[in-house]
Amino acid sequence: MTDPRAFLQIRRRVAPYRPADQRLGDHRDVGTTVDPALAREQARRCMDCGVPFCQNGCPLHNVIPDWNDLVERGHWQRALEALHATNNFPEFTGKLCPAPCEEACVLALDEQPVTIKQVEMAIIERGFVEGWVNPQVAAGSTGRRVAVIGSGPAGLTAAQQLTRRGHQVTVFERDRLPGGLLRYGIPDFKLEKALIDRRLEQMVAEGTRFETGVDIGRDLDPARLRADHDAIVLATGAQRHRELDLPGRGLLGVEPALRYLTGRNRDVSGEMPGGAISAYGRRVIILGGGDTSADCLGNALREGASSVHEIAHGATPPRTRQPLRTWPQWPALLRSYAVHEEGGERRWELEPIAFEGSDGHVTGVRVVPMAFTGRGGAPRPAGDPVTLPADLVLLAVGFDGVERDPLYQALGVRSTTRGTIPAEAGPAVFGAGDCVGGADLIVTAIADGRAVAERVDRHLSALGAANAA
Amino acid sequence: MSGNHRSGLHHPGFEHDACGVGALVQLDGRSRHALVRQALTALANLDHRGATGADALTGDGAGITTQMPDRLLRAVCSAQLRCELPAPGGYAAGLVFLPRDPGLRLRCEELCIRICAEEGHRALGWRDVPVRPELIGRVASRSAPVIRQLVVERRTGDEAAFERKLYVIRRRVERAAMQAGVPEAEFTIVSLSARRLVYKGLLKATQLGEFYGDLRDPRYETALALVHSRFSTNTLGTWDLAHPFNFLAHNGEINTVRGNANWLAAREPQLRSELFGDDLQKLFPIAEPRWSDSAKLDAMVELLVLGGRSLAHALAMLIPPAWTDPTLDLDDDVRAFFEYHASLVEPWDGPAAVFATDGSRVVATLDRNGLRPARFVRTRDGLVVLASEIGVLEIEPAEIVEAGRLRPGQMLVLEPGRDRILADAEIKLELARRRPYRHWLRVNRLRLAELPAVAAAVEDAQAIARLQNAFGYTAEELRLVIGALARDGAEPVGSMGDDAAPAVLSNRTRMLPAYFRQQFAQVTNPPIDPQREALVMSLRTAVGAIGNLLEERPQDCRRIVFESPILSDEQLRRLRAPQSDGLVAATLSTLYRPRAGPDGLERTVDDLLRAASAAVWDGAQIVVLSDRGVDREHAAIPPLLAVAAVHSHLVREGARAMCGLVVESGEPRETMHLALLIGYGAAAVNPYLALASVRGLVRDGELGTLEADEAERRYLAALDRGLLKVCSKMGISTIQSYRGANLFEAIGLGPRLIERYFPGTISRLGGIELDELHRISERRHRSAFAPGGAELDAGGEYRQRHGGERHAWDAEAVSRLQRAVRDESHATFEEFAQAVDAAGRSLTLRGGLELRQGSAIPLDQVESSAEIVKRFATGAMSLGSISKEAHETLAVAMNRLGGRSNTGEGGEDPARSTRDASGDLRRSAIKQVASARFGVTADYLVDADQLQIKISQGAKPGEGGQLPGDKVDSAIAALRHATPGVGLISPPPHHDIYSIEDLAQLIHDLKSVNPAAGISVKLVSEAGVGTVAAGVAKAKAEHIVIAGHDGGTGAAPLSSLKQTGLPWEMGLAETHQVLVMNGLRGRVRLQVDGGLRTGRDVVIAAMLGAEEFAFSTAPLVAAGCVMMRVCHLNTCPVGIATQDPELRRRFTGTPEHVVRYFLFVAEQVRELMASVGVATMDELVGRCDLLRAAGRRGGLDLGALIAPALGPDGSARRHCERQDHGLEKAVDHRLIAAAEPALSGRERVVTRCRVANTDRSVGAMLGGAIARRAGALAEGGVTVLAEGIGGQSFGAFIPSGLSLHLTGWCNDYAGKGLSGGTLVVRPPDDAGLPAERSVVVGNTVLYGATGGRAFLRGQAGERFCVRNSGAAAVVEGVGDHGCEYMTGGVVAVLGETGRNFAAGMSGGIAFVLDDDGSFHSRCNLAMVDVEPITEHEDVALLASLLEQHVELTASSIAASLLSERAALAERFRIVIPHDLRRVGVRPPAAVLERVA
Repeated sequence: MTDPRAFLQIRRRVAPYRPADQRLGDHRDVGTTVDPALAREQARRCMDCGVPFCQNGCPLHNVIPDWNDLVERGHWQRALEALHATNNFPEFTGKLCPAPCEEACVLALDEQPVTIKQVEMAIIERGFVEGWVNPQVAAGSTGRRVAVIGSGPAGLTAAQQLTRRGHQVTVFERDRLPGGLLRYGIPDFKLEKALIDRRLEQMVAEGTRFETGVDIGRDLDPARLRADHDAIVLATGAQRHRELDLPGRGLLGVEPALRYLTGRNRDVSGEMPGGAISAYGRRVIILGGGDTSADCLGNALREGASSVHEIAHGATPPRTRQPLRTWPQWPALLRSYAVHEEGGERRWELEPIAFEGSDGHVTGVRVVPMAFTGRGGAPRPAGDPVTLPADLVLLAVGFDGVERDPLYQALGVRSTTRGTIPAEAGPAVFGAGDCVGGADLIVTAIADGRAVAERVDRHLSALGAANAA
Repeated sequence: MSGNHRSGLHHPGFEHDACGVGALVQLDGRSRHALVRQALTALANLDHRGATGADALTGDGAGITTQMPDRLLRAVCSAQLRCELPAPGGYAAGLVFLPRDPGLRLRCEELCIRICAEEGHRALGWRDVPVRPELIGRVASRSAPVIRQLVVERRTGDEAAFERKLYVIRRRVERAAMQAGVPEAEFTIVSLSARRLVYKGLLKATQLGEFYGDLRDPRYETALALVHSRFSTNTLGTWDLAHPFNFLAHNGEINTVRGNANWLAAREPQLRSELFGDDLQKLFPIAEPRWSDSAKLDAMVELLVLGGRSLAHALAMLIPPAWTDPTLDLDDDVRAFFEYHASLVEPWDGPAAVFATDGSRVVATLDRNGLRPARFVRTRDGLVVLASEIGVLEIEPAEIVEAGRLRPGQMLVLEPGRDRILADAEIKLELARRRPYRHWLRVNRLRLAELPAVAAAVEDAQAIARLQNAFGYTAEELRLVIGALARDGAEPVGSMGDDAAPAVLSNRTRMLPAYFRQQFAQVTNPPIDPQREALVMSLRTAVGAIGNLLEERPQDCRRIVFESPILSDEQLRRLRAPQSDGLVAATLSTLYRPRAGPDGLERTVDDLLRAASAAVWDGAQIVVLSDRGVDREHAAIPPLLAVAAVHSHLVREGARAMCGLVVESGEPRETMHLALLIGYGAAAVNPYLALASVRGLVRDGELGTLEADEAERRYLAALDRGLLKVCSKMGISTIQSYRGANLFEAIGLGPRLIERYFPGTISRLGGIELDELHRISERRHRSAFAPGGAELDAGGEYRQRHGGERHAWDAEAVSRLQRAVRDESHATFEEFAQAVDAAGRSLTLRGGLELRQGSAIPLDQVESSAEIVKRFATGAMSLGSISKEAHETLAVAMNRLGGRSNTGEGGEDPARSTRDASGDLRRSAIKQVASARFGVTADYLVDADQLQIKISQGAKPGEGGQLPGDKVDSAIAALRHATPGVGLISPPPHHDIYSIEDLAQLIHDLKSVNPAAGISVKLVSEAGVGTVAAGVAKAKAEHIVIAGHDGGTGAAPLSSLKQTGLPWEMGLAETHQVLVMNGLRGRVRLQVDGGLRTGRDVVIAAMLGAEEFAFSTAPLVAAGCVMMRVCHLNTCPVGIATQDPELRRRFTGTPEHVVRYFLFVAEQVRELMASVGVATMDELVGRCDLLRAAGRRGGLDLGALIAPALGPDGSARRHCERQDHGLEKAVDHRLIAAAEPALSGRERVVTRCRVANTDRSVGAMLGGAIARRAGALAEGGVTVLAEGIGGQSFGAFIPSGLSLHLTGWCNDYAGKGLSGGTLVVRPPDDAGLPAERSVVVGNTVLYGATGGRAFLRGQAGERFCVRNSGAAAVVEGVGDHGCEYMTGGVVAVLGETGRNFAAGMSGGIAFVLDDDGSFHSRCNLAMVDVEPITEHEDVALLASLLEQHVELTASSIAASLLSERAALAERFRIVIPHDLRRVGVRPPAAVLERVA
């Protein structure tokens, strides 16, 4: 912080998206590259607070004020070191994180927070451009072997951390390519897959092994896995979607969002052209009001849906903060993403009560308007039910814990009442990421991946040194 | 106080005293009894400078020294002892305090007689001294000894040899009695000499003459007398502590005494004396450790004088002037005299006025700071009266032929028979010409800068990061501390206090220095301003062997001299390079193998000690302790441990004085580290890794375009400045006196570690031992050499970081509290409080205390929240440090609750005392009086429920403050009587509180102005604060605040935030314990301040003794503070600590938020009270029996914290008595009665009165009455014509419409806080000397004046117009530091000026007569220009001032100046502050209007 008054003089500015009409025509990143000069300017707004609420708000506890300071003064490489010190994959969070750090920023109290995410993205992009992101090969091998099951952000993080400690890590992935939801859930227009690939290259160069297309329990005996490894990390995600048990749920065209998104990703990447579900020419209703529904919205628009509606049953979120009421916590605010500028319509306060259809195919969603005027803002019906026409209904109403997986049974891992698994899942078996905590942010998954790596490392150290190869 | 009272946190060594002192000398040599009577009268007139304890009839001590009253003794010995005395000089006599137990007494008497005989002389017998015990108080009687006089006949040798033997006899008797277990308080040889005799006791000044019959006997004759009236901080005083001692009596404090005593002990083995011969051994130790500072100085003087030096010589070498200051006008030989003696002894510095007599003459000296007053008059018939005040003896003005004062660093000799006063220059020149000191220095002294250069080794930049880790550097430290020091050349500044864990509770590995806290001066000894008064300070360092005190040999000054104790690598190389004619240096490695375990560390330290001894006995005069070479296998012994261990070991071995210790270490990097190494004995330190780090920062581009050399230079300069500040906080002027003085308190170090390696260090709660220290080092070392060890730890000490040092105010705590008060959610508050209390277990001392759950009572039986909140106050935060919005929010909230808010140091808008439409009052009930006296006017004072004297502030005790110019907008400038945009300085000390009796005087002043307000004194927790508080209670304060070190602040240097002051728990418990012990607890209400957050904090504070509770940070957080810690930058983003209008708009706090917070806390207090079964707060106070220590954290033992307060039977445990201020005796009552027509009827009143020096604060009460009743009285409304001697604070705070004219002379603090009134002082026309040659007013005149006029015909003392912000004054000469820190007003000096004029002056202007053109050399030009007067308006202003001066004082000087009006512009210089010129305003128009 070279100028303590900078926040008074500089307004918040973020790099623009590409024009909506242009980006609707492709699947490439909606954003543009952050100009380093802009990042430096914006980093100056950081006040280097005595209590860094941003760091507290970040699940990774990124040392935000420190790298803001380094960027501001042009020390890019040291900023990258500071960033990587707490975050293995800043490009993923830089692209995808909803940035609770920015909500916690002290500047958010009275005006616009520091563009923390944008600075982060600028640092890591600069790092890749300059060739500063290199494999960090461990000084020696411990001879210990670790299996990481699942290659989403939690699994990749755990694998990278453990590899760098000198353990031999193998990542098992049942899909064709590693990345988990990063690859198969997140659309390309938010995260181009090349960003994942260049990380995987680094990981492979560091010594992490990847076994893809291997579904443990089906393709590989868990007992074998256990015998071959000193520790197992389960990072299998929480992909069981929440059900909407309404009349007509069985109609064709009522689909879980993730199925749609996975299909779209496989189509875009060419892994499986065509995809499972198409929105082309259809009237699409997405039930839900979060990140997943927004991803569906963007895909549906790109596919050429004839109309897209995002329908949420909750109250219309406020557009402005109430100072100090929620801060520095995450406030329930109306959040708009790039896709919301592109088309479609968002509605709130509509409670779905049935899916209507003909010939076994969905034709509409019956909804009741709600008003949030009861005691403590409780919802109650505020009108007669109406039917919204639809040819495709995507359910983006959340996730409900781990899939019932034979793997867990084979490893003797019991699930918790929340439908997830315990962090200490069994002898030498550790859980990490969404499968432990439930569906959450990527940044949380990375944090958990780092935490589990610490625990595993301690566990392995306690075993003593193996006879290294 | 006797040692058996040691309990809880109190330690007898903490006690202080200060006093009134006087000397009367008949210069013509006539010996007469009248002089004794006059001396006793003078003493009685100094009574107000002494004090009484819990018992009003027991004084703190009074005494007198005279020449041997031969006539009286001859007669009484003949009558009572049946013996004829030999001729004068052939016998000695002395008072002896003997035990009351007859058996014990007999043994003591026999001891005296036996030892006299053994030493070759004969005790003639014991004479009962006639006394009147019925006159004295209960406490004094209880401890009264049997008082007898011992008479000894000289059997051999000459008179000088006899005196030496008497000294030996006395020391032997003292030692023998002590070994026999006789308490010193019961058996004391008051004096034993053939030349002088001392009478003293635990008496009031007025009782001395009545008590001792001898003193009333007309046969008691003397030509000189020394008298003393004592004010001590404790009440359980003992008879032996009264002054005078054998040689001296003193007013003030020997600040440096810890170091002085340590060095005296260290050099005893090297002492040799031909005069004493083998007797020398019998004197050891020269000073007993438990003696008071005065007693130790007395012992030192006695040793030097009986060792062959003259009394003047002894005092000159012990209390030298600031001879290193090149601007001090000293003869070269005199300078050489002081430099030579600096190689023998470090200064024994004050603040002190020391009066001493050897029976033949009185020598009086003032330390270099000149903070104690010493005024003298000489009469036509040869009597000189020298005393702390003028007017102690009534003398006809016509008889007075000389009226002067003792100046800083100067000395006077009054010798019966010499017929004139010997002045300083003459005395010192005579001393300087005794030996060829200048030649000796030229031949022997080596200057480091002149030693040959040595080439450097190549630096391995790669290794630096790992070393930094090994020595515990953090990234934060590198950036925020080291980087800032190197970039700015000054210490970095922070704000909002220290809420991080203390080292002993930290979950991280903290360095050994983090366990120490700097001690600081409060009340009893003023801190120094190291920036504005730099001329008295010095970092000059010398290494080599220390010479023999009792001889004068040329080779004793063979030492290497350099200007700072912090050495660059190059300087260290020069220092230790072998040279043919140099001193021999030995380098000892302080590395150890961490793998060898804790025993390995201990063994290595033992080896190091042996090696150090060997090196010294082999002739090394410089021992370098070096930790160069840290690698995977070798860690450094913490350098502080190494140096303290070697230092104390060499002291024990008797070898310490033979060498200088130098530390070469990678660890020290900030001021505190260096201060510690030096404070534990190092002469010099080379912080090699810190310097390498600075170069590293330059290489990394962290310091912009700064070159490495320049960065290193700035870094070293910043550390120099830091060291000066550390010294100045203790009121110590030279690093030489600081070295080895051990002025620290440890928190969390265990007893074995302390006793073994840090002897004498206070560590009251126990803590870690050597094994844990090893583990800490080992852990750090291991991680430094592990893979990844090149990455520095983030830190988080100053700005919180996840995983770094924990802080009480973290994001969760801040946001929970804010949500609780905004959502009105008690549940959220509970969450907040639970989390904060739980975190407190590892953050605060109180976290280690638990409430004893016992007989709970129902909640509804507990006192209501509405009552409890009345005990709450918000802390002192000035409008200026925080915004108007925030300030008024707090005030409104506290007024709604019935609690109290505090103005802070910045004045207050009177409009806030009127209720607004909604019935809210924005007035602060507590009005603070701090060192800068901003806005402290009579109106301000009368509009207060409580007046709080801020002695120190938790965040930066012992330091001043600074409000940056950009925070001084027009509103704030108006309140503070300053100029917008001009920075404002608060001086480190109150310039009217240099000592405890001065505090009593300020309390008296304030009470006089506003008798209805309670007077509060704010202190900061440190070892000994309880004793200071006892003194404060005796000084008549009604309320005492004990602030913790963790207090928030708008701005303070980081090192002060972190490393000075103690947790309030310790200070509060100690204060409560000491007040109860002294029977003073009932007189004061105790308030605690510092980081209170929850109800649990309040309850624990109450149990430890607090009745009231001040909160600052928490209510600010409730109002929206997010702990940005940018208060000092004016960029507070929530509109609290800023004056920026844009940011102030962002303030969202409301009084409701604050009210809710306090009610939440109070409700929690009630719940806790119910759980421990106590229904009212009154009953809760001091109930430490309801607390228990919960487990040992870090080895801490909190037992002393909750030790029961033991006092005399029936002594109060909480506030329940009233202080007797004696206001009814004030002259002002008559003046107010006389002024009634003016007060009620707006008639003009002129009244007359006679005053004496014992009439203090004359005019203050009348002024208060005018301010309260009449508002603005018209000019000339009330005129008081006084005659006589003005006591202290004459005309303090007098408002507009009141004119006070004194014909006579006046003491210190005249016109203090002048608030619009007119003050005129002129000597009587019939005085025996010209007015302009007499010192007409004392020191610190017009301090903090905000307006009005003063015309003083004659000279003023030191610090004239210090902190004047609006008064116009004319004076005919001033002492040193004139117009210091002035921010407004105009001053004309028509005569001589002392040094350092205009230091820190940022506003107002001064005209100074400069006929010889030398004024600029005495002016401090850092902030002002001195120029010829060119503006016509300025000449007109000066002329107008002179005309008024002539009119009001008949000044002949002013008249003669005016007679050549055209020459005025030529003869005067104008002093204009740069700041004033920069903002383009001059001088404040309002002042000029009033003056013109």
